[in-house]
Amino acid sequence: MSEVLAPPEVQHLNQRQEADAKTVFGFWVYLMTDCVLFASLFAAFAVLRGNTFGGPAGNELFSLPFVLIETLALLTSSFTAGLGLLAARRRDRNQVFLWFGITMLLGFFFLSLEISEFHKLYVEGNSWRRSGFLSAFFTLVGTHGAHITAGLIWMAVMMARVARQGLGSVTIKRLTMLSLFWHFLDIIWIFIFTIVYLMGAGI
Amino acid sequence: MNKAVVSHHEAAHGSVKTYATGFAFSIILTLAAYLLVVKNVFNGWGLIFALAALAVTQLLVQLVFFLHVGRESKPRWNLTVMAFAAMVVVILVFGSLWIMKNLQYNHAKIPSTEQIIKDEGY
Repeated sequence: MSEVLAPPEVQHLNQRQEADAKTVFGFWVYLMTDCVLFASLFAAFAVLRGNTFGGPAGNELFSLPFVLIETLALLTSSFTAGLGLLAARRRDRNQVFLWFGITMLLGFFFLSLEISEFHKLYVEGNSWRRSGFLSAFFTLVGTHGAHITAGLIWMAVMMARVARQGLGSVTIKRLTMLSLFWHFLDIIWIFIFTIVYLMGAGI
Repeated sequence: MNKAVVSHHEAAHGSVKTYATGFAFSIILTLAAYLLVVKNVFNGWGLIFALAALAVTQLLVQLVFFLHVGRESKPRWNLTVMAFAAMVVVILVFGSLWIMKNLQYNHAKIPSTEQIIKDEGY
């Protein structure tokens, strides 16, 4: 009997791991509902993409090389976020700062490119007021950008936490959710890149 | 025993190798989609299907190599929730397009009687 029962500290660890797994699952459910949010914005965009109200269409507005750089930056940041999480699991604090630091830099780079694109469209008179197509475009891409902004703030908070408290199990649980969030945003961006930019330019 | 636990964890969370594989595949798929458009390989529906196929492939690559979907032990609640979300997404997107296409057809212009007979088959 005593061989079957684990010592109390191991039991405690297992209970905590189980609770952590439930928290991460809850976060996963949130991500899936966020998928539905983005799906409705994609549907609105797909319906309105032809409604330019005499204004410019996608192929007159978007620069594909510019968007490719944005895409590659975000893709690389998703990869480095994964490496950062692996480093956190190894309890390697320097590597955590290195990889999440690179992730944040690439995230800021992506966001600054997006803001400069929005700014350029706005000053040229092609804001969200111009047409149904541009309203849908700004809502979809802007919602993604707002998520990226939230992700960057969260990442900065987590890095401060790692600096102050090291890599405890709670921190690792939160870094797990953060990197899930970041990979999720990269996947949403693949579809924005494909549907908004590539199909917008190619058809 | 301890070794088994560690390898189980690696299977569930991935390794540098799985992340690097996913990253390499994603870059190739992204560049392929970009070149399809820039080099004008396809037009119209051919392009739409090719780009959609590349995007869905990249979705699957990232789900497996970055998010480690399908590596959890049973019962696979993560996978179940994802399948349900995918169903809602498909209904939402294709349902909206279907409805709005009909609405546009019925509102855009008053079709001639011949056109109605041709489109609706009576």
